[in-house]
Amino acid sequence: MYEEREGLIQPGESMQELKGKSVFGGIAIGRISVYNKDESTVKRVKIEDTAAEVKRFEEAKETAKEQLQALYEKALVEVGEVNAMIFDVHQMMLDDLDYVEAITHMIENQGINAEYAVATTGDNFSNMFAAMDDDYMKARAADVKDISNRVVKILQGKKDSVLDGDEPVILLADDLAPSETVQLDKSKVLAFVTRHGSTNSHTAILARTMNIPALIGVKFEENVDGRFAIVDGYNGSVYVEPTDDVVKEYESKKQEAEEKKRLLQELKGKENITLDGKKIKLYANIGGVADVASALQNDAEGIGLFRSEFLYLESNTFPTEEEQFQAYKTVAENMAGKKVIIRTLDIGADKQVDYFNLDKEDNPAMGYRAIRICLTQPEIFKTQLRAIFRASYYGNIGVMYPMIISVAEVQKIHAIVDEVKAELDAQGLPYGDVEQGIMIETPAAVMMSAELAKEVDFFSIGTNDLTQYTLAIDRQNPKLDDFYDSHHPAILRMIQMVIDNGHKEGCWVGICGELGADTTLTETFLKMGIDELSVSPSMIFPVRDKIRSTDTTK
Amino acid sequence: MREFSYVITDAQGIHARPAGQLVKLAAAYPCKVTIAKDGRSVDAKRIMGVMSLGAKQGQEVILQADGEQEDEAIAALSAFMNENL
Repeated sequence: MYEEREGLIQPGESMQELKGKSVFGGIAIGRISVYNKDESTVKRVKIEDTAAEVKRFEEAKETAKEQLQALYEKALVEVGEVNAMIFDVHQMMLDDLDYVEAITHMIENQGINAEYAVATTGDNFSNMFAAMDDDYMKARAADVKDISNRVVKILQGKKDSVLDGDEPVILLADDLAPSETVQLDKSKVLAFVTRHGSTNSHTAILARTMNIPALIGVKFEENVDGRFAIVDGYNGSVYVEPTDDVVKEYESKKQEAEEKKRLLQELKGKENITLDGKKIKLYANIGGVADVASALQNDAEGIGLFRSEFLYLESNTFPTEEEQFQAYKTVAENMAGKKVIIRTLDIGADKQVDYFNLDKEDNPAMGYRAIRICLTQPEIFKTQLRAIFRASYYGNIGVMYPMIISVAEVQKIHAIVDEVKAELDAQGLPYGDVEQGIMIETPAAVMMSAELAKEVDFFSIGTNDLTQYTLAIDRQNPKLDDFYDSHHPAILRMIQMVIDNGHKEGCWVGICGELGADTTLTETFLKMGIDELSVSPSMIFPVRDKIRSTDTTK
Repeated sequence: MREFSYVITDAQGIHARPAGQLVKLAAAYPCKVTIAKDGRSVDAKRIMGVMSLGAKQGQEVILQADGEQEDEAIAALSAFMNENL
């Protein structure tokens, strides 16, 4: 039980902190509502007319499919086709003959009611998936349970609703089925917190795309129902009965988050255009296939930096051409015709991989890394290029090469690219037009940018390395903080030089380093003539806001 | 009767979505279509069975078609596997 409260803010004497894993960030402050599924109410009843009972089941199944089709259409609009597909699969599961026959045989042979046959069969199939040694398939156990519960509810004539109160709540549950998440009235839910569920579950994916804070793996007691709490979707904590200080802290954090949300609502779908009519490409930086959802959700016009390292870092051996092809193709297809710029491998320096067998170096930042590995071991490079070019057939792909210092390097790359294309032609494998560019992240590349511009389609300035090499300051060394100035005029002059030299040869010029997301510099970059900014997905709206309020002629 | 074997390259294996697509494709042909892994064979027109194989990256599956339009079925299934799995 909980005591009556006046208002929401009360000094909590016994604040309880529950830990879980965040699947989507955000702050929620409000009352907890513990959601219980009523699964235990199915009774076994003897039936005389089994043919009529089978017919009841068939009709309930058809109604369930209609409901799922409606959910599919709802999800299609809210979260996109890839995530909506699960409701299509659910309909197929309901029509699965193994499943349907198990139920009808049970009704006919045992003379029992449809509710009991469906619930039992659902449990049996669910247990089969739960027993598999594969996390993804284990998550499917919840799907089978979900479709079976739906049919049972229809047979019992129960309403299909999850929330009935008027006040928005923090929803706590054992686990939520995808259908439950989608059919929730979103205006009534402040956050999702579940005991079970995996980052792989559809609920996690849907929660992310729906923009509601969500935590999984939180061990809570039933008695928290109705209590006041805070959910921190950034650090994965739930604070039950928080202290005054904690409430104050989170109210200001929530305000910041809401400011971001306001930008999102105001700026979603708007062009990245300055007051004087100059259009800017505002792209997202991503580090893996899973980041595409947040890029799209934040309205990225394309991917300006797709770090391909994850393929190498997550693997125990060189990733095959096929593995790489699948990853690139998935991203290109999900971005649906929007530009996706893949940076070729940037291993070495701070990113080490055992199977590359790299020697220990005294100065790895200036060592054997990135394009230097690729040009020394072209077989590794060619595998990646083949995968990139093959994937280009399925979308709008560009490629860029890191750590360039000379024209000769770019010419060597072109020769290798020509070999790759000739091989693909000979094998009859299709590829599209691939824009080619280089990273400008060494002072040498800046000084040679006039010549380099003749060789490529675009420049992307990597400000992190460029700053460290130009200022001769190691960012990892805290003793140098007083000397470090990320807005150093030397860097800004270099950026201006690269833009001017690029434009002379018809190259577009962008920034993909951290400086690109620095909104105190956005106006400066726009006045310099920058064409593209590629930033982390969460920075797209703040930067778009800045672009739309800048006049480059003033 | 026609058959072919295929080694899964997709990182997630035959998960829910491709399983659904595979079943829809198999169901479009009148012949009997089965998919087998490690000697266990299931009806490829039934999604629960296909998912229950839990076929993962690097594992081999054997697809068999027997009956009317078996050639067309095998050609379509082979193209599907190469494209999606």
